[in-house]
Amino acid sequence: MNRAFKRSLVLIAVFAGAPATAETAPGEVTIDDMAVAQPVTAAAGDAINGRKVFADRGLGNCLACHVNSDLKNEQFQGTVGPALDGVADRWEAAQLRAIVVDAKKVFGPETMMPGFYSLDVGVDVAEEFKDKTILSAGDVEDVVAYLTTLKGE
Amino acid sequence: MNKRTLAALVLLGASPLFTAARAEPVTETLEIDGEAMITEAPAPKDPPGHPFDVVKSGWLYREPDTRAMEADSFENPGMLNVEHGEEVWNTVEGEAGKSCASCHGDAAETMKGVGASYPKWNAKAGKPFDIELQINACRTAQMKAEPYKFDARDQVDLTAYIKHQSLGIPVKIDLSAGDMMSWWQTGKDRYYLRTGQLNFACASCHEKNSGNYLRADHLSQGNSNGFPTYRLKQSNLVSLHNRFRGCVRDTRAEPPKAFSDELMALEVYVAWRGEGLSIETPAVRQ
Repeated sequence: MNRAFKRSLVLIAVFAGAPATAETAPGEVTIDDMAVAQPVTAAAGDAINGRKVFADRGLGNCLACHVNSDLKNEQFQGTVGPALDGVADRWEAAQLRAIVVDAKKVFGPETMMPGFYSLDVGVDVAEEFKDKTILSAGDVEDVVAYLTTLKGE
Repeated sequence: MNKRTLAALVLLGASPLFTAARAEPVTETLEIDGEAMITEAPAPKDPPGHPFDVVKSGWLYREPDTRAMEADSFENPGMLNVEHGEEVWNTVEGEAGKSCASCHGDAAETMKGVGASYPKWNAKAGKPFDIELQINACRTAQMKAEPYKFDARDQVDLTAYIKHQSLGIPVKIDLSAGDMMSWWQTGKDRYYLRTGQLNFACASCHEKNSGNYLRADHLSQGNSNGFPTYRLKQSNLVSLHNRFRGCVRDTRAEPPKAFSDELMALEVYVAWRGEGLSIETPAVRQ
């Protein structure tokens, strides 16, 4: 999908009378100094849904790589990434958003963490995932809202 | 203190609730029916550039009950496939009226060590052959039988039977033959190629994170010495190319076809990475 076409989709969304859910397309998100200052969707993030997206194996699947004691009922938490207990004490919301959107733009190209709102992905993407981000803009904001609640180790 | 131990301590410090989360592979020794297996070996030095000092069998990363299952061939469910493979070995098929045994006799003698030396350069085909491709070449040229389709039960079980004749023998492939080195290089490129929406390479899990847990999966070095391997998750004996494709699919990519040049090259490279480890076929894994 080219940039002009993506823009026109955004415009269509706007003109369809849904400004409350206006989204920034993945290619349009700017990561400045390890942070994404602006939310990627106009709707405020919902931390309760974010907690679900975080744990859902088909969505964030964050526990595959991260320990999070807030979800200690979930067995088998991964150790590939750092534990996320108290993560909100270590990162600002805008930084957490940047990490979720495209961790490679924050930690460098070698990080294992996928870009959850990026189309800068690997080769040979399977048909059903082509030109799609792992999370929707709304899911990203919900997860960021949830992460900001993980305070105090 | 090495870097990994340090990293583990940092992790443990950060998450007191999950102190058992990060774990080194066990240091136990594997004996299958009393015969010692090499589950740790110095990494091959030629060609240079192996990422590890010591190569380790995936057995060392598994849970105690899974390890015990492999150590006792009566408990190992993959041995049923090996027994079926033996029947296939002795079954006449095709217009030439031959079985494998017609030419190769007693596999315990003629196939001993063979599985440990594959994949192997095939001059006629101009590419490396694995056991599966060699079986199909025999079936077509010698037996005048149909080649097996990928992952046909007989193909997987016969491959396991042949590899099982090398049980305990260390993997050692001949990279000096034919054009093997260019296949090795292509396989290496593939190993580090990030695929799919999740943007992972083989190396993301099996090199940079081997020893870590991906959910319940204790990530191994991804060596191929136990294939075909009995995979508890699939309740089945699983071929190497089936697992290659499964791993690539898990990155949300369209995987290359079984026995394609991409996966044959990967097989060459992965076999080299695990040189020195005993053939454990049929290994038991998660």
